Formats: sequence, C-alpha cells, structure tokens
Amino acid sequence: MAIGEILLLVFVFVIAGFLGVELISKVPSQLHTPLMSGTNAISGITIVGAISATAVALHTDGMLSNICGFAAIVLATINVIGGYMVTDRMLGMFKKKGDDKK
Amino acid sequence: MTFDNIRTICTTILYMISSVLFIRGIKLLGKADTARKGNLLSSVGMLIAVVTVLFEKEVTSTISFGPAQNAYIWTIAAIALGGIIGAVWSKKVEMTGMPQLVALFNGFGGLSSLLVALTQYMTDKNINIFSSIALGLTIAIGAIAFTGSIVAWGKLSGKMFKKNVTIPAKNAINGLLAFVGLVGVVIYALSIAGVVGADIGKIGVIIVTCAYLVLGLTMVVAIGGGDMPVIISLLNAFSGLAAAFAGLSISNSVLVVSGCLVGTSGLILTLIMCKAMNRTLYNLLFGSFGSTKKGTAGEQKEPKSMSVEDAYLILEAASSVVFIPGYGMAVAQAQHAVKELCDKLEANGAEVSFAIHPVAGRMPGHMNVLLAEANVPYEQLKTADEMNPQMSNTDVAIVIGANDVVNPSAINDESSPLYGMPIINAFEARTVFVLKRGKGTGFSGVENPLFTNDNTVMIYGDAKQTVTQLVSEFED
Repeated sequence: MAIGEILLLVFVFVIAGFLGVELISKVPSQLHTPLMSGTNAISGITIVGAISATAVALHTDGMLSNICGFAAIVLATINVIGGYMVTDRMLGMFKKKGDDKK
Repeated sequence: MTFDNIRTICTTILYMISSVLFIRGIKLLGKADTARKGNLLSSVGMLIAVVTVLFEKEVTSTISFGPAQNAYIWTIAAIALGGIIGAVWSKKVEMTGMPQLVALFNGFGGLSSLLVALTQYMTDKNINIFSSIALGLTIAIGAIAFTGSIVAWGKLSGKMFKKNVTIPAKNAINGLLAFVGLVGVVIYALSIAGVVGADIGKIGVIIVTCAYLVLGLTMVVAIGGGDMPVIISLLNAFSGLAAAFAGLSISNSVLVVSGCLVGTSGLILTLIMCKAMNRTLYNLLFGSFGSTKKGTAGEQKEPKSMSVEDAYLILEAASSVVFIPGYGMAVAQAQHAVKELCDKLEANGAEVSFAIHPVAGRMPGHMNVLLAEANVPYEQLKTADEMNPQMSNTDVAIVIGANDVVNPSAINDESSPLYGMPIINAFEARTVFVLKRGKGTGFSGVENPLFTNDNTVMIYGDAKQTVTQLVSEFED
C-alpha cells in the first residue's frame, strides 16, 4: 500500500466520522430505537470485508481461514438481514398511526 | 486502459453510491415521516455494496478454481444460511423481545469483524505496518462489541448475567486488560515491521484477542440492567468502528465510510440517551452505580393496596387519566389490553393520554413502538416535558410496570443514585395506581417512595390481567 493510499483512507475515515456526528442531532426519542437498530444493520457492512477476506483465504491452503471467513459472512448476513427487517417492522408500526390520522 | 483499471473505476463508483445511500438513509431515519424510506435506502446501499464486492479481483479470480475453493459458492452458501437465520429471527421476535435481539445482532456484527481480521491475519501476505495496526484494532474493538453485546443480550433476556456483578477494582482490571491488549497490537505490528519474529507476532494477536474478549465481559457485566439501552447504543458504535478499522486494514473505502458513520452517529445517540437519563458516559462506564445505593433506607412505610373493583369505581369517576407505561407493560404484553381500557375510559367521557419517559422500557422509544403496535394514536403519546405541567390536574395516573421513571427521589432526594434524572411527576396526580407484580424495586434496584405516598394505591398482579379485569368491570 502506497503512503498516498493510506493517507487517503485516513482522510476518508476522519471526514466520515465528523459526518456521522453532524447527521445525528435532534432525533425524536421514539426514533432512537429504530435509529439504533438501523445503524446497527449498516455496521453489518463488514459483510463486504468478510466476502473479500474469504476470497483471499480461498487462494491459500488451510481450511481454518476458509471456515473463519465463512463464519464471518454468515454472522454479518444475520446482522444485515435481521437488522433491516427488524427496523422495518418497528417503523411499519409507526406508519399505521399516520394512516389512522387520515 | 486495462481491464483492471476499468474494474477499479466501476467498483469505486458503486461503493461511492452505496456510501451516499447510507448517509441519506441515516439522515432520513432521524425523522418520523421518512424513517422507513431511510431504512429502505440504506438497505439498497448494502445490496449494491455486496454485489460490487463480488466483482472485485480477489473474488472473480476464484471462479476458475474447483467448487471447494470457489468464492461464489462459499459466499452464496454463507449468505443463504445467515439470511435465513436473520429473517426468521426478526420475523418471529415479539416486539417486547426486540431490545435483546438488537443486542444479539450487534454482537454478531462485532464477531464478524473480529473474524474478518483473523482471516486476513492468517492469509494476507501483503500486510504492512499500517494495516497491521488497523487489523489489531479491528480485533480489539470487534471483540469488545461481541462479548459486551452477548452480556447485554443475556441481561435483557434474563438468561444470563442477571445479577449485577461487582468486580473489585473494576477500573484497574479493565484498564490493565485494555493496556495489555494494546501491547499485543504493538507486538504484532513489530513482527510485521520485522523487529520481532512472526511467532512472537502470533502471540501478540492471541493476546489482543483474549484481552479484549474478556474486557467486553468485565466492562458490561458490572453495569446495571437499567443502563443497558445506553450500553447497547455504545456497543453499536463500537461494532461500526470495528467495521471501519477492518476497512482501513483491507483498504476498502465503503467499509471505512459506513463503519465510521455508524461509529460516530452511534456515539452521539449514546450521549443523547445519557442526557435523557441524566447520566454521563464516564459515570456509567467507570462509576460504581451498584454498590453505594443502599444508604437511604430510612423509615419504611407499607404501601397501600386495593382491589380491582375499588379501582374501577375511582376510574369511573375520573375525568382525566394518564397512563405511564414501563417495561412491566412490555413483559406482561399488556399493550392491547391497555388500549382497550383507554377506549372504555374515553367512551366514559374521560380524557386519556400516555406519558412516555424517554428511557421507559429497555430502549428509548420502546414504549412508543409497543403502543403503536396496539394502535394507540400518535397524538395521545406525550413526552415527560409535555405531560408534567398538566399532571397536577390529572385525576388518575396509572403506572403500568414503570418504576424508576416515576421515582420522586430523582427530584427530592439528593442521596439517591437517580437524583437529577428527569422523571414523570406521577406523584402530583390526585390518585396514582401502580400496577405491579410484586414489591420489588425497579431495574436500578432503588427504593421508590412513590409507592408509599398517601395518594398511591398498589394493584398487585399481572398487569395484563389487572387491565383486562378493569375493562370487563367497565363492560358490566
């Protein structure tokens, strides 16, 4: 990895961090749980890393790394699919109220 | 332009699109009208990111391998397995059990990042000093997020770690574990730099893994169940950060962006929650909440109790009623019965509202979700700030399975651990009904003087049964 690439990654890291701070302000309290659960699903982005790492592992000998990678994909998928579906279920309940109002 | 260059351009653009979708998604999730759309947008972003990685060079180059080494077969099998498990769990879970499910999912995310780092450690031949440090930190943060979330899950579901364990010299032990783990990271980085041998580097990786797995346990196990919402939010931030460090280590920009977004937005959400409970994060993590609270015993009055029939007579005469739900309502699954009682009271001419404390239940907004499930209209759900000024004009306040959020010690007892926490001033209502299973204290373990007030009556029993009985009294 060239020094330029490393610095660029660090740059992106810091900017994304500050962006996260700016995104969350004045969230109504009833949305705290869905927000937590929704961002939790996003942290399942590690699935991308898991797929990539598993592919690298498959280039080499040794079963342990393959299994580790496989488990990482399974766990991240549970996090992603489960997280999005639970969040949607929660938010779907809020939706009903809006329909009642009309 | 070579094929590889074109591929890099395309994947970078697709990762960028998916990052933008995550940013928009989080933004929209913070507003009531657009939250569902926000969640959908971010899931589309996730789909794009997953499809894109399948076109990365290291993945496509396995296509010529046999089935046992073909990354597509491994990936599709793993996604199918994980997808089924995740979908079934999220469909089957009762809304009351949701906080612990989120904790469990979060633990899986943390463990996944940990495994990504270990896989990379075992196979990647191109690790430099920078990526080795990032890899070590991924292990550390992923490990904390994993064991911490599992403990939180156990506490919330009542399956494990129910008792608040007091660890002597907790901060010293945790500090030592954190330090030893970081030394492990340094040892590993030194082995990559060639200062020490690969075998010693391996020991470094083992040290950091073990130290931080234990640290997640010792950190969370000592924290009271009432503070779990904040802890889950903090651990959520950690698992995001773990993904971001994994991204730094394998130099993948979409991981860095979305992981870091979750990390800091989760931290802000944690601070917002702390503020609602009048706690500081520092206090929560390093204070010893569990140990010093028994001092305020004082004189013990016996609470008064009342039968459902007598309670009905008071309710029938009431012209304004406020429900104050807490976790007990969730446990008893009483929300539908409460909605029925609410309808009966309204038919009887009473004005009914719900006062929702920001941290009632096990997660902020937990009560809102449950009452929404029972079709309670949005306008009836009031925050503590909206409700407290009207409380003294309220005939009956019905506390259903809430405890700490209506504890007047928070206002008038400086020695109470709850002192300073904003509460719902239920004690100002003319009559207070407390529906409760037994005489125990709340999740924080603090005595509640509200229960022995002169205008308070306890109605012991399962909250759902009590409410259902009240409903049938109205029908007779």
